[in-house]
Amino acid sequence: MDCYTANWNPLGEDTFYRKFELYTMEWNLKEDLRDCLLAAAPYGGPIALLRNHSRKEKAPGVRPMLEIYSASGLLLASVPWKSGQLVHLGWTTSEDLLCIQEDGTVLIYNLFCEFKRHFSMGNEVLQNRVLQAQVFHSDFGTGVAILTGNHRFSLATNIEDLKLRRMPEVPGLQKAPACWAVLAQDRVTIVLLALGQELYLLDNTSCSVVTPPGMSPSAGAYLHMAVSFNHRCLALLTDTGYIWMGLASLKEKLCEFHCSIRSPPKQMVWCMRPRSRQRAVVVAWDRQLLVAGGSSESIQFVLDEDSFLVPELDGVRILSRSCHELLQEIPEASQEIFRIASMAPGALLLEAQKEYEKESQKADEYLREIKEQQLLPQAVGQCIEAAGHEHEPETQKALLRAASFGKCFLDKFPPEGFVRMCQDLRVLNSIRDYLIGIPLTYTQYKRLSIEVLLDRLVQRRLYPLAIRLCQYLRLSELQGVSRILAHWACYKVQQKDKSDEEVAQAINHKLGDATGISYAEIAARAYDCGRTELAIKLLEFEPRSGEQVPLLLKMKRSKLALSKAIESGDTDLVYTVVLHLKNELNRGTFFMTLQNQPVALSLYRQFCKHQERDTLKDLYNQDDSHQELGNFHVHASYGEKRIEGRVGALQSALDEFYKAKNEFAAKATEEQVKLLRLQRLLQEELDQPYLDLSLHDTVTNLILHGHNRRAEQLYREYRIPERRYWWLKLTALAERGDWEEIEKFSKSKKSPIGYLPFVEVAVKHHNRYEAKKYAPRVPPEQRVRAFVLVGDLEQAADAAIEHRNDTEMSFVLSRCSAGTDAAIAERLSRARAQLLKK
Amino acid sequence: MAAGGRRDAPEAPDFGLLKRLARDQLIYLLEQLPGKKDLFIEADLMSPLDRIANVSILKQHEVDKLYKVETRPAPSSSDQFCFLVRPRIRTMRYIADIVNADKMSGRSRKYKIIFSPQKFYACEMVLEEEGVFGDVTCDEWSFYLLPLDEDIISMELPEFFRDYFLEGDHRWINSIARALQLLNSLYGPFGRVYGIGRCAKMSYELWQDLEGESEGDGQGRKPEIGNVFLMDRDTDYVTALCSQVVYEGLVDDTFRIKCGSVDFGPDVTSSDKSIKVLLNAQDKVFSQIRNEHFSSVFGFLSQKSRNLQAQYDRRRGMDIKQMKNFVSQELKGLKQEHRLLSLHIGACESIMKKKTKQDFQEMIKAEHSLLEGFDIRESTSFIEEHIDRQVSPIESLRLMCLLSITENGLIPKDYRSLKTQYLQSYGPEHLLTFHNLKRMGLLTEQVAGETLTAVESRVSKLVTDRAAGETQAGSVLCPKHCTPVQIPRLDGEYDLKLPRDMAYVFSGAYVPLSCKIIEQVLERRGWQGLEEVVRLLNGHEFSVSDSTAEDSADAQRVVLAVFLGGCTFSEIAALRFLGKERGCRFIFLTTAITNSARVMEAMTEARA
Repeated sequence: MDCYTANWNPLGEDTFYRKFELYTMEWNLKEDLRDCLLAAAPYGGPIALLRNHSRKEKAPGVRPMLEIYSASGLLLASVPWKSGQLVHLGWTTSEDLLCIQEDGTVLIYNLFCEFKRHFSMGNEVLQNRVLQAQVFHSDFGTGVAILTGNHRFSLATNIEDLKLRRMPEVPGLQKAPACWAVLAQDRVTIVLLALGQELYLLDNTSCSVVTPPGMSPSAGAYLHMAVSFNHRCLALLTDTGYIWMGLASLKEKLCEFHCSIRSPPKQMVWCMRPRSRQRAVVVAWDRQLLVAGGSSESIQFVLDEDSFLVPELDGVRILSRSCHELLQEIPEASQEIFRIASMAPGALLLEAQKEYEKESQKADEYLREIKEQQLLPQAVGQCIEAAGHEHEPETQKALLRAASFGKCFLDKFPPEGFVRMCQDLRVLNSIRDYLIGIPLTYTQYKRLSIEVLLDRLVQRRLYPLAIRLCQYLRLSELQGVSRILAHWACYKVQQKDKSDEEVAQAINHKLGDATGISYAEIAARAYDCGRTELAIKLLEFEPRSGEQVPLLLKMKRSKLALSKAIESGDTDLVYTVVLHLKNELNRGTFFMTLQNQPVALSLYRQFCKHQERDTLKDLYNQDDSHQELGNFHVHASYGEKRIEGRVGALQSALDEFYKAKNEFAAKATEEQVKLLRLQRLLQEELDQPYLDLSLHDTVTNLILHGHNRRAEQLYREYRIPERRYWWLKLTALAERGDWEEIEKFSKSKKSPIGYLPFVEVAVKHHNRYEAKKYAPRVPPEQRVRAFVLVGDLEQAADAAIEHRNDTEMSFVLSRCSAGTDAAIAERLSRARAQLLKK
Repeated sequence: MAAGGRRDAPEAPDFGLLKRLARDQLIYLLEQLPGKKDLFIEADLMSPLDRIANVSILKQHEVDKLYKVETRPAPSSSDQFCFLVRPRIRTMRYIADIVNADKMSGRSRKYKIIFSPQKFYACEMVLEEEGVFGDVTCDEWSFYLLPLDEDIISMELPEFFRDYFLEGDHRWINSIARALQLLNSLYGPFGRVYGIGRCAKMSYELWQDLEGESEGDGQGRKPEIGNVFLMDRDTDYVTALCSQVVYEGLVDDTFRIKCGSVDFGPDVTSSDKSIKVLLNAQDKVFSQIRNEHFSSVFGFLSQKSRNLQAQYDRRRGMDIKQMKNFVSQELKGLKQEHRLLSLHIGACESIMKKKTKQDFQEMIKAEHSLLEGFDIRESTSFIEEHIDRQVSPIESLRLMCLLSITENGLIPKDYRSLKTQYLQSYGPEHLLTFHNLKRMGLLTEQVAGETLTAVESRVSKLVTDRAAGETQAGSVLCPKHCTPVQIPRLDGEYDLKLPRDMAYVFSGAYVPLSCKIIEQVLERRGWQGLEEVVRLLNGHEFSVSDSTAEDSADAQRVVLAVFLGGCTFSEIAALRFLGKERGCRFIFLTTAITNSARVMEAMTEARA
C-alpha cells in the first residue's frame, strides 16, 4: 500500500494520471499490430482483428482471418475473410461489427463472427471506391462516414435507419485530407476536415473555412484531429507540434500545448474523466506516448511495443501484443485519500482503520481528528467512492473496511450507498475476470447501466453469469432471469446437433413456467432455423393459445392451429384461422376440416348466415344435412318476391325434407305450397289480399267476407279439426255480426266445443240478446257461468242452488250488488247456510 | 351460509363505480374524435347508454346530432360520424353502406366505430370485404356491465341466449369472462366459485386464463363478494317458462321492463300520455312490493295509501311553524310517494284487468297441473284450444314447451297434431321455429321406452326432501319428468303473504329449480350428494375454492349469482327471499333479464 502512488504521474498542479495493466493478452499474436486492421469496442468491448491485412501481395489460398477477441485476448470466434477488400472495421453501440469494404458495402457481423446483414453506401461510393471510412457514434446511434476515391464524403447517421447523405464538394480538394472527423452537434452531423493549413466545415448544404479561436497563425499544417468521447471537445495537432484543445463547436479554446516531437504521431485521443475540469489528450508515436493537457509539462511513457489506443468514457485503453492497459486520470476521491501526506478525512479514516487493526491507540486519535471537524460522513463517503474506482480487490476491501469502520461511529448514516457499492464491485470484479474480459470501470458501468451490461453478457452467451447477476441483484423476474432464459432458449434451438426432443426437454426443464417467458417467441426462432418439429414441441409449452396460433399458421399447421384456437375459447382467433383455412384449402377440404370442429363450424355458419348465404347452402350440401337444407330453402322462400319463386324454394325444401325423412316438415311444406297456390287464386278471384295468411286466417277471412262455401271447402280439404273450425267460424261470424248464420250453425249439429263459447262470443260482442239464446243449451256444469255472463243472476242462482255447489254459489254471490239483487243474495246465503249444516 | 337464526344480510357493494368507469371510458373515446360529430347509436344500446350518459353529457363532448342505427341518416353536413354499435355483421353492412354512399358522392368524412362491449374479428372482416376497412377507425367501449339496481347487474345482451344455446356461437363467452374479470378486480377476489353448465364452465375457464395473463395484484384487497355461482339457462327452462306472479315479474310480463324502466301506458296513468318509470330500490313504493306475490300487493297498496292520507292529515292542527317544517321537509317526499303510489295502483288495476280474466286463471291452472304432472290429457286439450282460438302465438308456444319439458317430450301423436294446429293457426313459417325448439330440447318427441328410472325418482326425492328441510313435505316427482319439481302442498293453504319458502314466487306451486340448486350447493359448499341431480342436468358442474382468499365474514355472505342466458324476476325474488332467510345477500349478474315471452321470441323464426 505504501507504494500505491508509484504509478501516479502528475500533470500540472493537482492532477495525476495512472497507467496500469488490465490484462496480459492471451492472444499470442505473431504479427505486429500495425499489420492488422483493428477495432476495439468502447466500454471494455470486444476487439476485432483482421490479420494479414496490409500485405498487398496476397498469397493464393491464404485468406485473411477475421478474428474477434475479448478485451483479455481470448478468442471468441474467427472466420476466414471471403468477401471483398476491407477498408475499415468498427463496432456499433450494440456490439455488432461493421466491416466496410472498398466497394462501399457494409457487412454486419455479431461478435461470434456470424453474418447478420449487409447494406450498401450507395452507387456513388461503389463507383469511386472507398478511400477512407470512419464509424462514429451520436445520439442517433451508430453512423458510417465514407471518403470516396473522388474525395467526396458520404454519411449514414444511423445504420438501423439507413438514410444516405452525400456531402457537398469541398472546393480544391484534390487529394485526401490530412485528417477529418465527424462532429455531432445540435442534432446535425457535420464533417470537419483539414487540408494543409486550412480547416473546412462541411454540412449538408455548404462547405466553409473555419479558424479555431486562439489558433496561432504560425501553427503549421494540420496532421491530426480527435473528438472527445462525449463529442464535446476537439483536439487539433499540427506539424509544428502544436496541439489546440477546444470545444467541438470551435467557439472556444480550452488550452494548448507545444510538443517537442515533430514526427507525425500514429494516434491522438482524448483522455478525460466526466465532471473533471482537467482536459488532456494522449498522443501516440511508434515507441512513445505523451499525455498533454493545460499545463506546459507533459507526461511521457515509453512504449515497448506497437500499441493501439482505444478512447473510453473516463480514460484511454492501450492495446499491444502482450498487454492491455488503462490510462486514466486519478479520480478525486482516490487522490484525496492516497495522495502522499493527505489530511483529507477519507485518508485519515483509512489510516485509523489500519491502526485499529493493529490494535493501536492511534486509531482513536485519527478518528477523533475527523470527528472534531465533523467530517466523518464525508470520510465514509470518500472511502466508499474511492473503493469504486479501484481495480484491485485488495484495495477495494481496504477502503470498504475503512468505510464500514467509520460507519460504526455514525448515527443514521444511510446504508444504501455502502451496500450498493459492495454489490456493484462484486458485479464489476466478476465481469473483469479475464475469462469474461469486460474491463469496465465503475464510471463506465454506471453510464452503461446494469440492463445493458446484462444484454452484453447475453450477447456473449454468458447466460449463467447473467442469471447469477440477476439473482444477486434481485432484479425482477420479467426483466432479469426470465428474459435471459428466453435468450438462452433462442440460442439453444439453434444447436443443430441435438435432437428436437432433447432440446425441447432441456428448454422446458430450465424454463419451467417462469413468469414472462414466451415459448411462442422461442418457437418462432426455432422455426426460423428451419426446425418446425421443434417449434411445434415448444409451442406445446406455451400457455397462451393466442400466441400459439399465429405461428402455427405460419408453419402451415392450420389444423393444429384450429384446434388450439378453439381450445383458447377466443372466437376471434378461431375466425382468424377459419378464414386463413378458407384461403389456403380448397373448398371441399375446408368444409371437411370444419366438420370435425363444431365450434368453428357454427362460428363460420353464423358468419355465412349474415354475409354469404350461398356458402351456407354449400356447407349443408357438403355434409348431406337435408334437414338444414330444407330449413335453408324455407327461409329463402320468404325472401322471394314472386310467388313462383317462393313456390320453387318451397319445393326444394320439400325435396330436402323428404330426404331428411322428416315427413312432418315435408307434409307441412307441401300444404304450404298448396295453400300458397290457393291463396293466389283467391287473391285474383276475390281481389282481396290472401297471400301469406295462415290457414286459419285464410278461412277466417273467407267467412268474414261471406264466402262460406269456400271456407267449408278448405275446412274439408285441409282436414281442419272440427273444434277449431267451430271456434273459427263462430268468432268470424260474430265479428261479421251475422247472428242469423250463427244460429243456423249452432243448430247444424251438436257443437263440439259446447255452447258456452257461443255465449262468451256473443257477450264479447255486447249482444246479450243472442247470448241468452245459448245459455240454456250450456251443459249444467258450466251453466252457472253462462248465466252470470249473460247477466241473468236469477237463473244463475237457481242453477247453483240446484247443483248444491258452494263455490258456484259464492261465485254468483260475489256478482250480486247490494241494491238490486238483494233477494237473490238472500236466497243464496240461505242455501249456503243449509248446505253447510249438512 | 348462516346456520339457522336470521342475520341481517350484508349490504350489496356499490356498483355505481361500474357506471362511472363506463362513462369515463365513453367520454375518453368520444374525445378521441375531436370536434363536432354525429353519433349513430344502435337501437338496443340506447336505453343502456341513457343509464350511463344522458344527452347533455354527449353534447358536452361535441356530439352534434343523434341518429338511430338502421335509419337512413338525413343528409348531414357533419364531417365526422361516430357509430356506437354492438359487434354485429348486420350493423357493419349498414355502416359500410353509408361510407360507400359517401364515397360515391365524393364526400369525405371521418368515421369511427365504437364497439360495445368488444370488437369481433368477423366485424372487421365484413368491413374489409365491403371495402371500407381503411376508411374507418375502430375502438372498443368495454361497457360489459350495467347496474340496473343495487343488486342486479345486466350485460344487456339478450342475443346471448339465442346465439349460444341455439346457434352454438361462443363469441360472447369472452365477454362474460371479461365481465367476471372486471367484477373480480373491483369486488373480489372471489373466494369460492360454483357453477353448472357447459357455458358456465367455459366462461369460468376463460376467465381464469385471463386472470393468469393479466397478473393483476388482487391480493391485499378486502373482498366484497365471497361466492360466485354460475348457471346456464338451459339447466332450468321450466322456471323461465312459467307465468310470473310476483309483482315485478308480472310488470315485466305485462308491460315489459326495459333496462330497468317501464313505460306505463295511458290505461295505467289514467291520463292521455304514457310515463316512463324507473323501477328500482330507489322507488320507495316499488321496493316494498316488487318481491311480493301479486295477491298481497293490492292490500299493501291500499294500506299504504291510508298511511299516506294519515300523513297528509297531520297538517290539520299544525301551527305555522310546524306547517312550515312540514312543507319544506315532508311534503315533497309525500307528493313523490303519492305519485308513485297512484302509478303502481294503476298498474295493478291494469294487470288485474288482464290477468284475472277467466283465461288467465285457467292458464295458471293448466300450468300448475303441468308442473304437477296431473291431468295431462286435459292440459293438452287446453293447449289445443289455446292454439285453435289463436289466443297468442307466444303463449301457445310456451305452453307447448312447458308440456314437453315436464313430460320429457310429447307423445308422438300430440307432437304432430299440436304442431300442425299451430302451423295452421299462426302461419307456416313456424316450421323453422319448431326446428329451433327441437334443437334446444324445448319441444321434443318422446322416445319410446324412455321413462324415468327408479334411481332418478329417488334422486329427485332426495333433493326436494333435504332442500325443504322437512321430510315428505309433499315432495313428489312429476311422472316422466326429468327434473325434480316441488308440487303444491295439498295439506293446507299456502299463505302467500307470509311465505315459507321460495315456492311463493309461483303461488306455492313450485320452487324454482335454478334457485333450489343454488341453495343446495351453497349449503353443502359443493356438489357432494348431488351427483345424481347433476347427472340429470347434463353435468358440467364445478366448485372451486381459492384458499388464498381470506375469509371475510361479510364477503362470505355475499353471493354473485350469474345467469348465463338470462334470469327472471321470479328467480330474483326467490333468491332475495332466500337471502333474507339465511342472512346473506344475492347479487345478480345476468346476460339479460328474461321472461317466458322473451325466451320464446328468441326461438321464433320471424318472416324476413
